Amino acid sequence: MSESPTIRFEDAYRELESIIDRLEAGNLSLDESMSLFERGRELATICEQHLNAAELKVSQLLGEDDSDPRTELLE
Amino acid sequence: MYCAFYHRCGEWYNMFMLPMFPEEQSIYSVSLLNVYIRQMFEMDYRLRDVWVEGEVSNFSQPASGHWYFTLKDERSQLKAVMWKTQVARQDYIPRHGDKIRAHGNVAIYEAGGQYQLYCDELVSLATTGDLHARFRLLWDKLESEGLFRDEIKRPLPEFPQRIGIVTSATTAAFQDIQNVLRRRYPIAQVILSPTPVQGEGAAPAIVAALKRVDRYGVDVILLARGGGSLEDLWCFNDERIARAIRETRAPVVTGVGHETDTTLVDGAADMRAPTPSAGAERIAPDVEQIKERLAEFRLRLADSAQYEITERRDQLDDALHKLRLISPSSYIRNERQRLDEAHSRLAKAVQNHLTTLQRDLHAHRRALDLANPHNLLARGYAVVTRALDGKRVLSALDAAPGTSVAIQFDKGHLVATVKDRTLE
Repeated sequence: MSESPTIRFEDAYRELESIIDRLEAGNLSLDESMSLFERGRELATICEQHLNAAELKVSQLLGEDDSDPRTELLE
Repeated sequence: MYCAFYHRCGEWYNMFMLPMFPEEQSIYSVSLLNVYIRQMFEMDYRLRDVWVEGEVSNFSQPASGHWYFTLKDERSQLKAVMWKTQVARQDYIPRHGDKIRAHGNVAIYEAGGQYQLYCDELVSLATTGDLHARFRLLWDKLESEGLFRDEIKRPLPEFPQRIGIVTSATTAAFQDIQNVLRRRYPIAQVILSPTPVQGEGAAPAIVAALKRVDRYGVDVILLARGGGSLEDLWCFNDERIARAIRETRAPVVTGVGHETDTTLVDGAADMRAPTPSAGAERIAPDVEQIKERLAEFRLRLADSAQYEITERRDQLDDALHKLRLISPSSYIRNERQRLDEAHSRLAKAVQNHLTTLQRDLHAHRRALDLANPHNLLARGYAVVTRALDGKRVLSALDAAPGTSVAIQFDKGHLVATVKDRTLE
């Protein structure tokens, strides 16, 4: 549970959705169900960590043309 | 700018020798300079009586009864006023976009430091302005090319990670967009691709900014500009931008102007929002809603896990029940019960048999009693035997007359001689 959110929010969310689909469809062994359940809880926590820790990062493209694809953080 | 202005004023001062502009002074107040320029304009006879053709824009009729508007063509604008007294003589009321010919004089509005056309007559030239007509033409052209078709519109990502914003960095629109995203969807990374959004050269700059941010790599692009006059927004009717939108990798959302403004880029965009803020709302979901959905997911996870366990427990109960049915202890219990039943049936059978025997015994005893000869003698019968040989006389043939017989009674006996006999 102490896993820091290295998974992207969207990936965690999608995996969570598919786990719930599989669990709700049934036809799983009890072991499978239980490990999916644990994984689902982990993913929900990861998603929440993403949402709670978030602070909008705003940067702008520098330079005048495509030869300079750098950005700088605003504010 | 100021220096050049001052220099030219100095020249004209020399030319006309205006008393209002004292020669010995070298630094002037703003008012003094504006007064000078006003007088300068008033001296130009051409400006006292001019006809100007242009398109009406930003037409307003405040309560004062005066009319204020802008006359413009493709490159330039001119402020115009019509005072209430002239308005009263005016049949034709211009509307935004009308092409007109206006008569009046050009003069300086000192307080604002502006020159403007003071109109005394307005003549309509066409009901719709050239810009509207051109917009219509361009729209129809791109539409017929299929640039606005729904089928080519790309879906927006549900959870964009990088959001490209194409707008001017210093505008309120960009602030609005940031505010919306900070509140609703702070998990994103915003990449601003700055560009001027009005005036000469804006269209190619917008195209370049779109391409740059697309090449940089974003999940969705918001092309935005706050509200403004039709001419302010005109660069968004440039077909180069519309075409560039259809060539980006990331889908493009537009939020240009106000609700009522429609531009070519809106037609070409994958999604059109009425304003920059609305655009920011379209490109990203609300984290509060996501949190609610996550809470619901947690419930569903727990429910389905609970269901699995309950179902397994039911299955286990079933199995235990069946097991109990086939277990040896149950067999033994059953056999024991059968044995008990047999035992009691046996006991009952023996009992029945005994009862029958007893009943038979009684019957026999009664029969035996009935057959006891003493009983017969007691009831008055007698046994007759011949005295000679002791044989029982069972019929009259056994004793001829004269034979001596013994007659045995229950109590005592007699000896007698047969006197006569009758044979039948």
